[in-house]
Amino acid sequence: MGVWTFTSVFSFDMKLSRWGTNEDLIIQILAHRNAEQRKLIRQTYAEAYGEDLLKALDKELSNDFERLILLWTLEPAERDAYLANEATKKWTSSNQVLMEIACTRSANQLLHARQAYHARFKKSLEEDVAHHTTGDFRKLLLPLVSSYRYEGDEVNLTLAKSEAKILHEKISGKAYNDEDLIRILATRSKAQINATLNHYKNEYGNDINKDLKADPKDEFLALLRATVKCLVRPEKYFEKVLRLAINKRGTDEGALTRVVATRAEIDLKIIAEEYQKRSSVPLDHAIGKDTHGDYEKMLLALLGHEA
Amino acid sequence: MALLDDIEALNKAFSGFGVDETSILSILGNSNHEHKKSLRQGWSKLFCEDEYGFERFDPSHVKNLKLEFKRFRDAVMLSVLHPWERDARLIEKAIKKGPKHYNIIVEIACSRSSEELLGARKAYHSLFDQSMEEDIAAHVKGSERKLLVALVSAYRYEGPKVHDHVAKCEAEILATAVKNGDRKKPIEEEEVIMILATRSKPHLQEVYQHYHKICGKSITEDLEAHGILKDTVECLCTPETYFTRVLDLGLSVDADEESKKAVTRVIVTRKEALVKDVQNKIEGCLKGFYKDFMLGLIARGEK
Repeated sequence: MGVWTFTSVFSFDMKLSRWGTNEDLIIQILAHRNAEQRKLIRQTYAEAYGEDLLKALDKELSNDFERLILLWTLEPAERDAYLANEATKKWTSSNQVLMEIACTRSANQLLHARQAYHARFKKSLEEDVAHHTTGDFRKLLLPLVSSYRYEGDEVNLTLAKSEAKILHEKISGKAYNDEDLIRILATRSKAQINATLNHYKNEYGNDINKDLKADPKDEFLALLRATVKCLVRPEKYFEKVLRLAINKRGTDEGALTRVVATRAEIDLKIIAEEYQKRSSVPLDHAIGKDTHGDYEKMLLALLGHEA
Repeated sequence: MALLDDIEALNKAFSGFGVDETSILSILGNSNHEHKKSLRQGWSKLFCEDEYGFERFDPSHVKNLKLEFKRFRDAVMLSVLHPWERDARLIEKAIKKGPKHYNIIVEIACSRSSEELLGARKAYHSLFDQSMEEDIAAHVKGSERKLLVALVSAYRYEGPKVHDHVAKCEAEILATAVKNGDRKKPIEEEEVIMILATRSKPHLQEVYQHYHKICGKSITEDLEAHGILKDTVECLCTPETYFTRVLDLGLSVDADEESKKAVTRVIVTRKEALVKDVQNKIEGCLKGFYKDFMLGLIARGEK
């Protein structure tokens, strides 16, 4: 379907005083467009009607569905900026969204998100994180969102050995907010961290996340474990977020929406495979069971989206 | 006598900042074996009688002379690089050379625009197979580490929007940190680092103004004894003051080699931030091709 088909959806309604949108058409059209195409649709709509498509949708759609459409239609960099800003404004010590964005995006994707943040919010992401987070969380989050990691595969094995030792020392001494521990996680390349963690397991017997489980209620430790996962096994991190979101009494739509919208063009299929492995239920079944209406339809359409 | 004139001319050509290549060429280029021998015997500043029967070149002078000959070459090499590569290489060297050179990291991180600093970080990936922040974090110890990593990681908002209320609060935070300076060094105060490393430059200017109102003094005055923290504050909002100071230090009579190198660095990298009378200062101090090259860079004024 062409761009003009989409705008015709709205032109029908412009003639009426009461707006009514055809959600099925929106799902059909948007779900199967890639980022470039969605951008074009947004531009064309704005030229034709003088209004941002997202603002127009905002007035009409119901909460979960609207949010999903909003996130999906935004360009990845804007989307990350939007989510990050939201996360700083309603930040609590259990919120992991800032870390998720900082650690699962590539160095350039994070950079683009920071640029989009300037443009949209007239400040830098790091100043908002500095202003809204506190204590140990801030000590970890600020360097994470400011990083511009080297992306090569080169690994220094001697360094991996010495840094695995540092990590082990600090963790054994329960110095979880130690500067060196944070600096390793926040500045080293993902390949280097992977090598370090492999050495950690070989040398000290346990996965680092096992050793970071000393206190299951400690939210900072939970954030550290999630950071490690995001850096080396993002699909496992996202699988867990989805699993917890779907199993919660009702469903944590916020997390479900976010993961599906942000990973649909990246690795949602791999995450879905992980999900099925772990829960013995295909992800689409689980979503079908726990959500309904247009929201469910859009989620499933994105799940099937070919990147 | 021609010999004494020559020696005097050579002394002049070899002393100071850079060397006078033209003089040297006309005198030494035309010297035959006998004349050179006479020069060595009469030139007590550079040559002394060795016990084995020859006129030996004083080793400390050899070293200095080599540095002065190198000055033009180094200036050209530095100016030819893309600004991103230039800044990345300057920072990498500064990290390796140690604490006395950390002001160079501050200088670059704070006086460049957000895009320029970002470019340097990209170049760093390419040149050194690491990120700038991981290199700094791994090599810098002590209280400077947090500040330096934070400064190079910044991607400051560059618009004019400022929050006056926040600026006032942050000025108060800085004032308190300075006041408690003898109990805890301001550079170790997380809040101080956070303010200086994340806020936009227009916002920081507001903060400085509020600071002045609160304390009656400028923040740079109050941080006089605080090394790179003072450099940070200066470079962020009044870079001309910082660069003028560095230049004056480097052009002074008893400047050491590092201060002299700073002159090349500042002129090559920040011509446009220099005050007007720097040309006169240079005319008086520099020599030869090095001088011509520096004057040319300043006259053109672009990057």
